[in-house]
Amino acid sequence: MAPFAGYEMPIQYSSIREEHAAVRERAGLFDVSHMGQIYFSGPHAAPALERLLTCAVASLRVGRARYGLLLNESGGCIDDVMLTREADDEFFLCVNAANVDKARDWIETRVDSQVFVENRSDATALLALQGPAGRAILARLGPSEEDLPKRFRVARLEVAGASVLVSATGYTGSPGFELYVSHTDAERLFEAILEVGGEDGVLPAGLGARDTLRLEAALPLYGHELDEQTTPFEAGLDRFVKDLESGFIGATALAAQADDESGRCLVGFEMIERGIARADYEILHEGEIVGRVTSGAPSPTLGKSIGLGYVPRAQSGIGQALAIRIRSKDVAARVVERPFQ
Amino acid sequence: MADYEFPDGLLFTRDDEWIRVEDDQVVIGVSDFAQNQLGDIVFVELPDISSETEAGQPFGTIESVKAVSDLCAPLSGEVASINEALEDSPELVNESCYGEGWLIRLRPSDRQQLEDLLDVDAYRKSVAERDTDS
Repeated sequence: MAPFAGYEMPIQYSSIREEHAAVRERAGLFDVSHMGQIYFSGPHAAPALERLLTCAVASLRVGRARYGLLLNESGGCIDDVMLTREADDEFFLCVNAANVDKARDWIETRVDSQVFVENRSDATALLALQGPAGRAILARLGPSEEDLPKRFRVARLEVAGASVLVSATGYTGSPGFELYVSHTDAERLFEAILEVGGEDGVLPAGLGARDTLRLEAALPLYGHELDEQTTPFEAGLDRFVKDLESGFIGATALAAQADDESGRCLVGFEMIERGIARADYEILHEGEIVGRVTSGAPSPTLGKSIGLGYVPRAQSGIGQALAIRIRSKDVAARVVERPFQ
Repeated sequence: MADYEFPDGLLFTRDDEWIRVEDDQVVIGVSDFAQNQLGDIVFVELPDISSETEAGQPFGTIESVKAVSDLCAPLSGEVASINEALEDSPELVNESCYGEGWLIRLRPSDRQQLEDLLDVDAYRKSVAERDTDS
């Protein structure tokens, strides 16, 4: 167990590789209750969120979820979030554990008093059932397969006797569900899923596998690929940014950066020579330090060592030769497509 | 405490390495507790044969999926051989940390340093104090 943002979190239950393989081939169950939930309600909620987030809010239909970013005035990322619309004037943001207080403070000073904002993080538990067998497992705990939502949709269902907001979203690159449930029902739901999923080979999975899974899928992790000095354009998240004319916070700064070819950007790379790149290692081009690794690990699915990092745009093309300085030795790497394959 | 293996006749360090004395050489590896804490081992970097080690200083690195750790030399000496099999099969450290997953053989330069190592009972106690999985 490791302490994380005030929670005790399991890094692994059995083995990162086994848990990782379970998610890709069958299913893995994560307790990610550390994630925060901030609720917004009232007729002014939608326009308030429209101004706070990079993703479009008005066009989000009830029962759907959308990924977006909360930016500061300079276009840097305060957090990356999943926005869910539960009703016409009811939304919630799922925010990173370490950013709950920061995000709430940022939001509360920027929405008017007619928007009701409530931090329900402590009362809400979140389990993530990820992997191809997830649908069949949930269908044995109450809901019919037809009731279960499709990708990026949500539905409130009774699962194992508990009222659960089932969201067909995740952070692993495999299909699956995130289950928002009252903290009082969470442990029972966790046990019920493991029990009925036993025949499908479901495994409880920890933070270690969550990290290798999201890395293979090239999904950013706040604090690694994203921070307040990094814009969504640098992070390659352009498709989660709406029209810059729409006036969301940070849009003006992003507009100034939009045509700037001189900056840095996130790349995915794989090691050509033997070695494992880790966060904060230096990235070199022709012997010169040009950037830093933000995440790196041996990929259990692909059997090679992969990573993410920031480099100048000029060195970001697919196939670009780079080196990673691993314990004072420069080890060859090259830029590859994301997600990794 | 979880059920770790502590074979008799070995010496240990507080950094979770084991040492087996064989004539003028010692064999060095990591303990069952260490391999369990590290998780799936994916890369082991060992020193060159004939290079020198210094007690307490890193002589190599061991990487699991989640992290990289230094391997610290329990004794000063000269590297007599390394476990070449770990280059292609680092998982041997997980599967057989006291057998096929050994790391290096050393010719100690100061056998007095053996006195500083822990016997199996002292090491078992050191692990019990640190083990959080129990």
